[in-house]
Amino acid sequence: MSAEIITQLPPTEADEAHVKRIWKAFWVLLILTIIELALGLTIYYIEMNPDYSDLLVLIIKGVICILTIAKAFYIISIFMHLGDEVRQLILTLAIPATLFIWFITAFIADGASFRNLRNTDAGSRKYVQPKEFHNVPLEAPAEKKEKKLD
Amino acid sequence: MQTAIAKTKTKMWAGGRSPFNVSYGKLMMWFFLMSDSFTFGAFLISYGSIRFSLNHWVDHNYVFNEFPFTEAHLPLAFVSLMTFILIFSSVTMVLAVHAGHKMNQKAVEKWLLLTILGGLAFLGCQAYEWTGLITGQHEVLVNGVIEKWGTTVSHNPWGPMVMHNGHFVATPGPVAFGGYFFGITGFHGFHVFTGVIVNTIMLIKTKRGDFAKRGHYEMIEKAGLYWHFVDLVWVFVFLCFYLI
Repeated sequence: MSAEIITQLPPTEADEAHVKRIWKAFWVLLILTIIELALGLTIYYIEMNPDYSDLLVLIIKGVICILTIAKAFYIISIFMHLGDEVRQLILTLAIPATLFIWFITAFIADGASFRNLRNTDAGSRKYVQPKEFHNVPLEAPAEKKEKKLD
Repeated sequence: MQTAIAKTKTKMWAGGRSPFNVSYGKLMMWFFLMSDSFTFGAFLISYGSIRFSLNHWVDHNYVFNEFPFTEAHLPLAFVSLMTFILIFSSVTMVLAVHAGHKMNQKAVEKWLLLTILGGLAFLGCQAYEWTGLITGQHEVLVNGVIEKWGTTVSHNPWGPMVMHNGHFVATPGPVAFGGYFFGITGFHGFHVFTGVIVNTIMLIKTKRGDFAKRGHYEMIEKAGLYWHFVDLVWVFVFLCFYLI
């Protein structure tokens, strides 16, 4: 019985390159994640300032989204080996996935429209966004803000 | 006539060969993952839709700032640990698949075991995080009285801050937060749990020598596809709940 069992295949140069590629993908993912975390912390420190720029935060969040898509691409093409499959299979999976473009756009727009209706009483008054409050650091209640309100 | 048939037989879709150049099982795993990505997509997009429709949402940097063995509030620290664990377990899985291609049973066992440990570590982290959120005691101003709430599917103590007796206190936030957070991370955690079970079965089958007898380790590849998908989903859950 044991004679039938195929034993380990000898390593080849292609294997070495393949393992190298896997580790390279790992480092790329790790570095992208660290950049994302750094940007996330940047937002945290920007928002500590009571009058921060909304546009700046929005841009940073956009960059984080793009980095996430890059990470997803690496996971799918290298870890899941989709990059090595035939074109037909890649397209069979990629074309339905483009539905997500509509899916995200439509439903985010829907949410934004709902907020617009909420803040204009369904279009009957001018758009008024309730004064927004931000969480202050838990340990030290922000003195600046308190003075402002007094 | 005879030649015509012979010609069509060699075409991609004429039968006798796989147009996708993968086995039935792997192709179906891909289709399952495609449908599963739409399930997760629907959850996350509905979360985004609700979040866009509200004027106030929770500030994730204050909700998720606990870290084991320390009282300090560290935003992003614990969740980055969870992310690194999952990325690392994805690498060990892909190395297990590679070892399977080389029919190297010992290496498959080693990498699969590390993957399972990574999955269990992730689940442990998630259990810690959930416990911290649910049992946490946060001051909330409810109808003029200060109460202590944890974060659950029915209570959200992370609403807008208001002045009360000379200091800032939170008011109840949108209830949807708890439902979406526990629902989506719970659904993802369930996937991780399933992946750990599948990988454990694969480890047992490898140890028994089932795949060596069969002559190929394709089952490891299928389990690997599922495991990477779990990692892929986490990338987006991480983005939607902790980063933006």
